[in-house]
Amino acid sequence: MESLLAVQGQDFVLTASSSSAVRGITVLKPDDDKSQILNSHNLMLYCGEAGDTTNFAEYIAANISLYTLRHNLNLSPEATASFTRKQLATSLRSRKPYQVNILLAGYETNLGKPELFWLDYLATCVRVPYACQGYSSFYCLSIFDRYYKPDLTIDEAVRIMKLCFDELKKRMPIDFKGFICKVVDKDGIREINI
Amino acid sequence: TTTLAFRYQHGIVVCVDSRASAGPLIASQTVKKVIEINPYLLGTLAGGAADCQFWETVLGMECRLHQLRNKELISVSAASKILSNITYSYKGYGLSMGTMLAGTGKGGTALYYIDSDGTRLKGDLFSVGSGSTFAYGVLDSGYRWDLSKQEALYLAQRSIVAATHRDAYSGGSVNLYHIDENGWVFHGNFDVDSLIWEAKDNENSFAHIPR
Repeated sequence: MESLLAVQGQDFVLTASSSSAVRGITVLKPDDDKSQILNSHNLMLYCGEAGDTTNFAEYIAANISLYTLRHNLNLSPEATASFTRKQLATSLRSRKPYQVNILLAGYETNLGKPELFWLDYLATCVRVPYACQGYSSFYCLSIFDRYYKPDLTIDEAVRIMKLCFDELKKRMPIDFKGFICKVVDKDGIREINI
Repeated sequence: TTTLAFRYQHGIVVCVDSRASAGPLIASQTVKKVIEINPYLLGTLAGGAADCQFWETVLGMECRLHQLRNKELISVSAASKILSNITYSYKGYGLSMGTMLAGTGKGGTALYYIDSDGTRLKGDLFSVGSGSTFAYGVLDSGYRWDLSKQEALYLAQRSIVAATHRDAYSGGSVNLYHIDENGWVFHGNFDVDSLIWEAKDNENSFAHIPR
């Protein structure tokens, strides 16, 4: 069971991914990072079928690097989301589709604004102000619905994220072994401790 | 099957049992579940014996080719990625492998978990197989980074013994390996029957077993 969370603030996106890697009834790794840096201002969080997840994320990252090299052009979050969605859509209609769900957090450097996209393995792609993947969405979406404001500061976003972590600890029957939190803003991508 | 490997201050310990079962039948008590890929790399075998044996031999070939092409020993990271790319490309075709790659190369000693789902994880401590939960119990409770070499080898062996006692699909004997920057060294094959009695006598464990 994996969990991804993300919330957009006034000039950043705050993301969190559960840090346990589970196989069967065993936690194989307590500090697994389920995110992939696509370029300086785009971060992809992924969860889903074992094997598919990392393979798909690395495939997308490599192709975005290739595009950037060929055209000397950094892709915007929206372009990145569209490209990723198309790959999922193509894969869905193949014999063995990728079963990967994604949150794409980015900062549009030209317009100077943060962007967040929610994608699932059926190739749904939506621009959202906050998002969850996994069972945690049952608890955390309502928390975001209650406390989210469009002009959130980083401290306020961290506070909401903490409310989510506390609720998951309290109500979910499994232990996620904590979350790895990252911020995407004008300065790029960085990890933070919550 | 029970297999385990962990990293600590002096390198890596790899330890496995030796039982092969075919359904309810014990097919063999003398299986080599550590595959010696080259003098610097070990692979462990859990799941389909044939799958692990075959693909880890293929991996050995790929590692040798890398060495010849690049005049440099392959890193454990790269070697593990070759194997996980293979398992991922056969995903859904019925491969069954749960393997650990331990070794030394460019980048020092490293330990990876790779399975037939295509999962590849870097870590300091793994146990794989039907007896893994039992091994984890003893291993986690006794593990420290600053274990001495002797303590580490004993902890690994004792964890396998614990697993062979509780898991019907693990048993036979224990195979022990140690890895440091100079490559791996085999540290012996021990019958679990005698090890259980030794453990009972020396540490007063297995208290539920009557003499």
